[in-house]
Amino acid sequence: MAGTEPKPELLLDIRKLRIEATVFPPGEAPKNIVLVHDVSLSLKRGKVLGLIGESGAGKSTIGLSAMGYGRGGVRITGGEVVLNGRDIMKAGKRGIRRLRGKEVCYVAQSAAAAFNPAHKLMDQVIEASLEHGTGTRAQAEKRAIELFRKLSLPDPENIGERYPHQVSGGQLQRVMTAMALCSEPDLIVFDEPTTALDVTTQIDVLAAIKDAIRDTGVAALYITHDLAVVAQVSDEIMVLRHGRLVEWGGTQQIIKEPRQEYTNALVSVHEITHDEQSPGEAPFLSVKNVTAAYGTGGPKVLKDVSVDIYPGQTLAVVGESGSGKSTLARAITGLLPPEKGTVTFDGRPLANRLADRPKEDLRQLQMIYQMADVAMNPRQTVGTIIGRPLEFYFNMRGAERDRRIAELLDKIEMGKGFSDRYPAELSGGQKQRVCIARSLAAKPKLIICDEVTSALDPLVANGILKLLLGLQKEEQVAYLFITHDLATVKSIADSIAVMYRGEVVRYGPKSKVLAPPFDDYTDLLLSSVPEMEIGWLEKAIKGRRMESAGN
Amino acid sequence: MLNIRRIPIPALVGLVLTALFLFAAIFAPLIAPYGNGQIVGSVWEPASADYLLGTDNLGRDLLSRMIYGARITIFIAVMATALSFSLGAILGFTAAVLGGWFDTLMSRFVDLLMAIPTLIFGLVVLSVLPSTLVTLIMVMGLLDSTRVYRLSRAVAVDINVMDFVEAAKLRGEGTIWIIFREILPNALSPLISELGLRFIYAVLFLSALSFLGLGVQPPDADWGGMVKENKDGIVFGIPAALIPAAAIAALAISVNLVADWILNRTTSLKGGRG
Repeated sequence: MAGTEPKPELLLDIRKLRIEATVFPPGEAPKNIVLVHDVSLSLKRGKVLGLIGESGAGKSTIGLSAMGYGRGGVRITGGEVVLNGRDIMKAGKRGIRRLRGKEVCYVAQSAAAAFNPAHKLMDQVIEASLEHGTGTRAQAEKRAIELFRKLSLPDPENIGERYPHQVSGGQLQRVMTAMALCSEPDLIVFDEPTTALDVTTQIDVLAAIKDAIRDTGVAALYITHDLAVVAQVSDEIMVLRHGRLVEWGGTQQIIKEPRQEYTNALVSVHEITHDEQSPGEAPFLSVKNVTAAYGTGGPKVLKDVSVDIYPGQTLAVVGESGSGKSTLARAITGLLPPEKGTVTFDGRPLANRLADRPKEDLRQLQMIYQMADVAMNPRQTVGTIIGRPLEFYFNMRGAERDRRIAELLDKIEMGKGFSDRYPAELSGGQKQRVCIARSLAAKPKLIICDEVTSALDPLVANGILKLLLGLQKEEQVAYLFITHDLATVKSIADSIAVMYRGEVVRYGPKSKVLAPPFDDYTDLLLSSVPEMEIGWLEKAIKGRRMESAGN
Repeated sequence: MLNIRRIPIPALVGLVLTALFLFAAIFAPLIAPYGNGQIVGSVWEPASADYLLGTDNLGRDLLSRMIYGARITIFIAVMATALSFSLGAILGFTAAVLGGWFDTLMSRFVDLLMAIPTLIFGLVVLSVLPSTLVTLIMVMGLLDSTRVYRLSRAVAVDINVMDFVEAAKLRGEGTIWIIFREILPNALSPLISELGLRFIYAVLFLSALSFLGLGVQPPDADWGGMVKENKDGIVFGIPAALIPAAAIAALAISVNLVADWILNRTTSLKGGRG
């Protein structure tokens, strides 16, 4: 259809879209729930619209409806999806098949899971073009190589010969963008393309996507939950919540002068004030020159790491994936006995192996995990989960235990009624709160928080952070806060350790670590955190001194 | 909480039949019209008002024999299944949690046992040992436990790497707590469906052994043994051998229907509350 008739200026026009799904609650009759309530949107040729909202807001569902697709039994039950001047809902199966991969393409969140591991990248990139007959194989490959170059992939001529497992996550996400662009579609749906990546890699991918969109003049729906990211690439932003439109406007307007309360909450989500505490006289836990590796003779995951934790304060450990931050936690807890070095606690060395530590030491060190839903036994009620440490460490039983459980539930801002619920009956934020209560129950001196907010929506994560800070004041507990999110670090840390490839490259009080002069890696890390500001991306890319490790 | 109208029809059929078999097994001496070994008529009489299912190859009442047979069959199968489950599951979980040499040793030993066909292994062992109820149950239970071991180890290895198990280890919990309180409740649904299957295999295995003359010894008889006693009648068009055979099939199917239903109910993570 290219060139035969003038294309309408309005590329995509979704009118009063209604999407429903049938749920099957056990023991009840199946019932319909409405996921998207009569949402309308329109997109002009060559423009980028950002769809933003927390999980369950219906943003992916709306995005996929642009290609007439309903995921997992979801049905489009009302409204029109007009693409290039015709309603694709009326096109039938064949019509939709003709348009997918040719007029609309899709970039999935997890490229590693979306590529077929058994085929070479090039075959997958040009598949859609060949399928739709938009060119010969040689033409398609030529275009793919050009796109690889445009997306600044290394060795663009030959990267197509590799298999998906032979390139890094960030590169794979760019190859996927090339795949979407290869058949020269009018519209691309980006579904959280950078969410699973490290900040330092995210910035590269984001820049590549932005350039590619500009150069090819393709329109895009950009779905994400991170407002700062979407501000970099989109012309307009649409805020969604519970399948309803909250606010829709130009990027500038949304991030500078949001009109709705919910949007405002999203914009100001990272604003937590926390005054840095000066380190006390003596640390109660110090890690000295710890070196650790998985298996004997394997590569060293931790190299000569030393950090101190002061009572009632927060040490944040930052770094990208593979930098050894979680391994540090495992070494401190004794799950991975270090090869060299010691961990001292209250002035005496802590046994290296978990099995050699007395119960009292175990009680003092508690841990909260990233994925709250697998950190709790799904067959135990909240009461049992929180109550077990009480029984185990303090020998509390019966009414005394129940009273303390109620107290703890109160502390995490959940009611007493939750005590006989199962984890599956809680929301993501509530699950994490229960995990916090479980570790608090032991009255520890130190809680290790391993990426506790990274699986949560921004607003929920914000609530958790505030809760953690409040509890720190009340209980005088120290945190070892492992994260890759610098915005979190800025808001809660007292001191910071920056890790890179198993080494601590920068360590000290927050104000010192976050003040220039920076070493190269800290500079890269700091400059990669998206800021809620138009034009940040270009500035950040220009100012960089070091390539990210993902390249 | 349990509403009879919510139970699906297949499960209901299974429940009724299983209950019937269990009832017959438990109250055998009370409901059987005649004694187990009592000769009441001539050989292979057809069904009549006196002998509802006719008589067998020695002139004993077939219905009474069936009822006593249910008792023996179900008793042995239940005991053997219970043995194989406790043994297999505990060893399997322990192997998964402890790992290391214990796991390697157990797993290779189980591989060794499984490499020999169960029936042949059973035949060899039983022809050497005296044929008593206890040996029969022990042999059946031991042989079956290898399968249970395999399944429970596989399930437990998956659960053992979950964060909540790590959290329990960090808390300082002992192996016993981890096995019975953290892993077992989460491994229960695959194990329960396996329980149904294993019970059926035990019934079939016992029937096969008895049919070959190595199982329950006369004058007592389980259903497999009764098929053997009456099998010659088939040539003369006498259906006495088919009745115990049909009972074996009915028991197998009904227990499976119940196991399926239980499996469906226990997979819910919300305590069956929806």
